[in-house]
Amino acid sequence: MSDASLHFQSIAELAALLEAKTITSVQLTEAVIARTQAVEERVKAFNSYDAADALAQAAASDARRAAGQALGPLDGIPIGIKDVIAVTGQPLTASSKMLANFVSPYDATVTQKLKKAGAVIWGRLNLDEFAMGSSTENSAFHTTRNPYDLERVPGGSSGGSAAALAAGEAIATLGSDTGGSIRQPAALCNVVGLKPTYGLVSRYGLIAFASSLDQIGPFNRTVEDAAITLQAIAGYDENDSTSVKIEIPDYRAALKEKKGPWRIGIPKEYFGEGLDPEVAAAVEKAVSFYEKMGCEIKNVSLPHTEYGVGVYYIIATAECSSNLSRYDGIRYGHRSAEAKDVVDLYYKSRAEGFGPEVKRRIILGTYVLSSGYYDAYYLRAQKVRTLIRQDFLNAYQEVDAIITPTTPTPAFKRGAKADPLAMYLCDVYTIGVNLAGLPGISVPCGFSSGGLPIGMQLIGQPFKEADLLAIANAYDSKHDWSRRTPNL
Amino acid sequence: MKYEAVIGLEVHVQIKTQSKMFTRVAAGYGQPANTLTDPVVLALPGVLPVMNKAALDAIIKAGLLLGCDIAPVCKWDRKNYFYPDSPKNYQISQFDQPICLNGSVEIELPGPARNIQGEHKSIALTRIHLEEDVGKLNHEAFDSLVDYNRAGTPLMEIVSEPVIKSAEEAYAYLTSLRANMIYGGISDCDMEKGQLRCDANISIRPVGETKLGTKVELKNLNSISYVRDGIAHEIQRQLAVTQSGGTIVQETRDYDGQTGTSQSLRSKEMAHDYRYFPDPDLMPVKVDDAWKARIEAQCPELPFAKQTRFFTQYSLPYTLTSVLVWDRTLADYFEEAAKLAGPGKAQAVGNWIVNDLQRELGAAKLDLAETKVRPQHIADLVTLIDAGTLLNNTAKEVFVEMFATGEPPASIVARKGLAAAPTDTAELEGWCRDAIAANAKSVAEFKAGKESAINGLKGPIMKASKGKANPKLVDETLRRLLAEG
Repeated sequence: MSDASLHFQSIAELAALLEAKTITSVQLTEAVIARTQAVEERVKAFNSYDAADALAQAAASDARRAAGQALGPLDGIPIGIKDVIAVTGQPLTASSKMLANFVSPYDATVTQKLKKAGAVIWGRLNLDEFAMGSSTENSAFHTTRNPYDLERVPGGSSGGSAAALAAGEAIATLGSDTGGSIRQPAALCNVVGLKPTYGLVSRYGLIAFASSLDQIGPFNRTVEDAAITLQAIAGYDENDSTSVKIEIPDYRAALKEKKGPWRIGIPKEYFGEGLDPEVAAAVEKAVSFYEKMGCEIKNVSLPHTEYGVGVYYIIATAECSSNLSRYDGIRYGHRSAEAKDVVDLYYKSRAEGFGPEVKRRIILGTYVLSSGYYDAYYLRAQKVRTLIRQDFLNAYQEVDAIITPTTPTPAFKRGAKADPLAMYLCDVYTIGVNLAGLPGISVPCGFSSGGLPIGMQLIGQPFKEADLLAIANAYDSKHDWSRRTPNL
Repeated sequence: MKYEAVIGLEVHVQIKTQSKMFTRVAAGYGQPANTLTDPVVLALPGVLPVMNKAALDAIIKAGLLLGCDIAPVCKWDRKNYFYPDSPKNYQISQFDQPICLNGSVEIELPGPARNIQGEHKSIALTRIHLEEDVGKLNHEAFDSLVDYNRAGTPLMEIVSEPVIKSAEEAYAYLTSLRANMIYGGISDCDMEKGQLRCDANISIRPVGETKLGTKVELKNLNSISYVRDGIAHEIQRQLAVTQSGGTIVQETRDYDGQTGTSQSLRSKEMAHDYRYFPDPDLMPVKVDDAWKARIEAQCPELPFAKQTRFFTQYSLPYTLTSVLVWDRTLADYFEEAAKLAGPGKAQAVGNWIVNDLQRELGAAKLDLAETKVRPQHIADLVTLIDAGTLLNNTAKEVFVEMFATGEPPASIVARKGLAAAPTDTAELEGWCRDAIAANAKSVAEFKAGKESAINGLKGPIMKASKGKANPKLVDETLRRLLAEG
């Protein structure tokens, strides 16, 4: 179905209504709050939200607009934030018992940028604890439901961000993507999810999972909205040494200027065993669309793909084992009441504060960095990572973008992947993009016979988000998949 | 069997920068607990480090001063270990690509006497790397409290090769290293404030053996004297163990300078696995020739080079240089005063500074910067003495007055009527003629060739002039008159 209520409109549409003064930000925010209050009990996308605070921001936006000082397309638009991105005065929990009572005293750079763009910062969205997982079942607080089937998972780790947007509980949301944590839930919840090139968006204020892989990105209803949101959050930040000093183009303008036709690559390694036939069929239909619009479709090879998951679980766990050391119960966060001395305090606080998946990864990461194992695991993984990146760069000699399924299957049932390894394989198509530091976007491209959303992934060249968005928009603007809404 | 000691020192030196190593918050000492903190220092969720370029400038300078090779590329690594003084539970450091390699520290060993220059040696360095300091734990009766003011302060680790042979050499090494760092403006190296800290790796081996013995790491050497005493104690301990048939255990020992004893902290088996890996939050740093050249231009002359120059340029004796050159501000002060006083007066200037000024400063517990005595005062004082206007004895009195008030010496002399001689040479000549007339015996002896007999004439003249006669002028006048008749 397709619901035209305010809370299901795109940023572009709402920005026009706000600019025409047909609606106010307060009206829009009230609509989003009302929708959230109506469906949140079933969807459980939020860890917390502060309606009064959102309405105050909306009122400030309306006042700006009335004074002729509107800030742009995001001014007055309620945007939900994954609960790993810092917002001053708001909880910052990472969906972990460890940080259940932590309130951030500072803003992430992306939060600052959204505030400067006039956005209404709206709610704290659920995730797999510390962004480790693919279903939000690893949240210490509750499992978020897929709005298209409440018995199924929304994906993860940014499951709350995807589900809230799909359910009309926000107009856009931010997530973070370390191995697919934006694209995979976007595909499972029928929304657009963009993971920018590593270094395009500042990580300052994003709770680190794996520093060399993490990247913040937006969830949106349309590719055009993704361009608008990326515009606001991209750019060099002196607080993040890994952010890159480059000229930021006008992404929204690029959607119209860049018309193709493009050369699009199909990597055979992404269409093999384990891929659901309905997903394969939907992606192949999208390929046909591009072919019909005059694009050149080429087979490409990414021969080191099979090592992606292994390499990822060495590098990501190594980095997380160190990144999560700071949660020790000394300065903030969960502190065991039972501890006898400082070592006991570490053991008990961390044993009580972290969930099983987080512990599993800390242990794995500690192991691969240990003296005597470092060369065999971490160093070798870094070398293979270089090969994986080189695979993509080789392919880009021949093509402008690569198309793959985002996930092997549509959303699975809660509890269906109790085996960690089965869960890890959910990200088999998305992990390579993080390892190679590339931009990737998941765009809705159909539904399964069971009514579950299917997403395709387009992978672009480093820092060429303008081209990637234009390619994605060529499809999205001619299809209505992403504008369909769940029957809640 | 004769044994020799082999010692390597790991010296941590805090770099004097405005802000901390990886964030903007101020670095400093003596502030209320946990006021020099921000989200990065406290390792709040989501924060990232950003390198302080001034700290890198400083370590490059340290490397250039000590003749190190500056790596064209260095990187940052995480050293992982849990301790409450380390907010992230990892320390950002440099593991396998430090910024400075090789280099050396020139030292002077004690000479056979205080006034004789000792032997010089060069102590080779392995490396110097940059890292961040940790916080401080304060243990109370039932709690331990942590203060993160120090956490994140830029810290250099200077690692020597195991080539130091004795506690005295270690002492000389630290003295020289500290002076060099202070000279470079890199650190104040105040050990009481923890700005310079030293760990020593000590082993012994039979003389002639080339393999290193089992090493013991000595920690908590809180002053340069404790370093010397601790090392001496550890060498004796190892000799005693070895000579009584025991074996040295690889361990870390804690030295207590108050009691002069040490105890084991941990054995090799309990050593940490730091799980070093490159910090993914920071980019490697390239240091190009232009950067090095910019720092090179800021490098000052070092103490030993200055000492050599002072010997030749000012003809100073060793005893004066050995005081002047170790303190850059004192040496600069000396050079300014010597320049103002003019040629041939440097040694007198040096004497006044090293003896009188230093003594008064010590008594008043003042720094050189705090005294009212400026180089111009010293130069004027020496000039007055040299001109014969001021006698040495009187000059001491003038100096004390000058130190207390900052009044120029000429003004004190005039105000107090301390000028050495009547400017009226007729009066002086009168005293001389009287003395010659009244002391025929001395005159006869002098004329017979007994040079010292002239002193017999000077006493009565000084008495007649009430001590104000200029001895130089008296001497000249007497000789002229005696020669005349």
